[in-house]
Amino acid sequence: MSAATATPPEPRGRRLRVGPSVGLLPFLVYVVIFLLIPTITVAVGAFQADGGGFSTDKVEALWSDTALRALRQSLVLSFASAAVGAVLGALLAYLVVVAPPTSIMRRAITAVCGVLAQFGGVTLAFAWIATLGFGGLLTNLLADAFGVDATGSGWLYKLPGLILVYTYFQIPLMVIVFLPALEGLRPQWREAAVNLGASTRQYWLQVAFPLLRPAFLGSALLLFANAFAAYATAAALVSQGAPITPLLIRAALTSEVVLGQANFGYALALEMVVVVAVVMTLYAWLLRRTSRWLR
Amino acid sequence: MNGSALWRALRWLLLLLFAAFFLLPLAALLDFSTKVPGTDERSGAAWQALAQDPTMTEGITTSLQLALLTVVGMVVLLVPTMIWVRLRVPAASRLVEFLCLLPLTIPPLVIVVGIKNVYAWVNYLVGDSPLTLAFVYVVLVLPYSYRAIDAALGGLDVRTLAEAARSLGAGWSTVITRVIVPNIWPGILAASFVSVALVLGEYTVSSLLHYDTLPVVIVLLSKSNAPESMAAALASILFAALLLVALSFLDRRRRTSEGK
Repeated sequence: MSAATATPPEPRGRRLRVGPSVGLLPFLVYVVIFLLIPTITVAVGAFQADGGGFSTDKVEALWSDTALRALRQSLVLSFASAAVGAVLGALLAYLVVVAPPTSIMRRAITAVCGVLAQFGGVTLAFAWIATLGFGGLLTNLLADAFGVDATGSGWLYKLPGLILVYTYFQIPLMVIVFLPALEGLRPQWREAAVNLGASTRQYWLQVAFPLLRPAFLGSALLLFANAFAAYATAAALVSQGAPITPLLIRAALTSEVVLGQANFGYALALEMVVVVAVVMTLYAWLLRRTSRWLR
Repeated sequence: MNGSALWRALRWLLLLLFAAFFLLPLAALLDFSTKVPGTDERSGAAWQALAQDPTMTEGITTSLQLALLTVVGMVVLLVPTMIWVRLRVPAASRLVEFLCLLPLTIPPLVIVVGIKNVYAWVNYLVGDSPLTLAFVYVVLVLPYSYRAIDAALGGLDVRTLAEAARSLGAGWSTVITRVIVPNIWPGILAASFVSVALVLGEYTVSSLLHYDTLPVVIVLLSKSNAPESMAAALASILFAALLLVALSFLDRRRRTSEGK
């Protein structure tokens, strides 16, 4: 495609002199080639007929049963894992924040959370297969102790299993992004509330929760986007079939024709960008509101 | 007080539950990797195979090389640009920040879908090698690296340092490499550590572009030799943990030295 010859956007601001801004050229060119061109390719490809020319066939195919079901499952998965992750992550963050900053416990928890939230999903999928898969540690323990078959009907490899495994990296991510907001909750505010005669309950309900709400909702949105965009965990866990959108994209990439559409991956990828972009925009907006109080 | 004792007990109980939830799967990995399938015996064969199985060693080597290349690429591309923006073109700082954080909004999966044409050129120009993945990885690590380096630059009066060096006759390259870079070294190191951890665990791009990095090999082997792939999974996450723990100590040292 001729898109590879596109020139980088020249910085055009009036205050910019052309001279020094040339120094930014390598960076801009690089980002254009390896980030913007792929994204534009996806956006253009989604509206292109197979022989070239404009067509909305691929985008219309997003409303087919298979694509809609995958999208719905993806949204359910993202919502469930974000909700559970946000609530439990906020709780864990609170348990961490009441400990002194130098305590071993606090450092250990933040380190573990950093690893689990940022390290790729393949490992985490395998960890859960080793736990609850056939012959897994917990499966055997449960079978020995209660005689139950924890693997029942292979739920680990379906939507409930995905939610569980996603929670495993969502809670740590919540701890990482929510901890700064909790740390920003100043003891003076509590003292002020107590001085004015507030009970602990009143302080939490009427001071702390309203202050933390934007940060909490923002973090939850970030978790949602994170789950919606995640691929590796699901791909390692579900080797066949495509219950969620990212796996449907895999199917479209590996088997050329999906739902009677060649290059259907473009439309699915565009759908993914749109969902994530909307969520991340809301996140950025909430983040601005948070920073008004909690710095 | 009775209430506070109850609260303390509840706190520890909750922490124990969280610890169980997070450590159980890792313990299960260790358990599975040392088991001989079908028997009750233990063996370290899976762990030995990590160093002997050619597929595995090749995957490990590829991933480590990619981590190195990505770090080099990230530092060469990002550090001079960010310093340059602070020194000479502050008007572009919002643009650079936006572009650096953009990969958080454009998932790696989407980049892979659209990158076929770019990679046709890459393969044509530099050959078809798993190491070409480093080009995309530099983009994927941009947001995290940007934050780390931006934080380091924020605690520094870049302009004054540069003016002092310039007035003593230093050229721009000397200012960047010998005056500012040594001052933001902890930030660059932090960016590198996070990048290494991300690259070692990256599966989306490498698997869909059909290059055999460590995570791809782990998934591949899980069908024929599950204990070995479990051992590799545990080893890689422990290695990443080691890196990030080292990073947290680095971070603490920086903070305390700033506090002086």
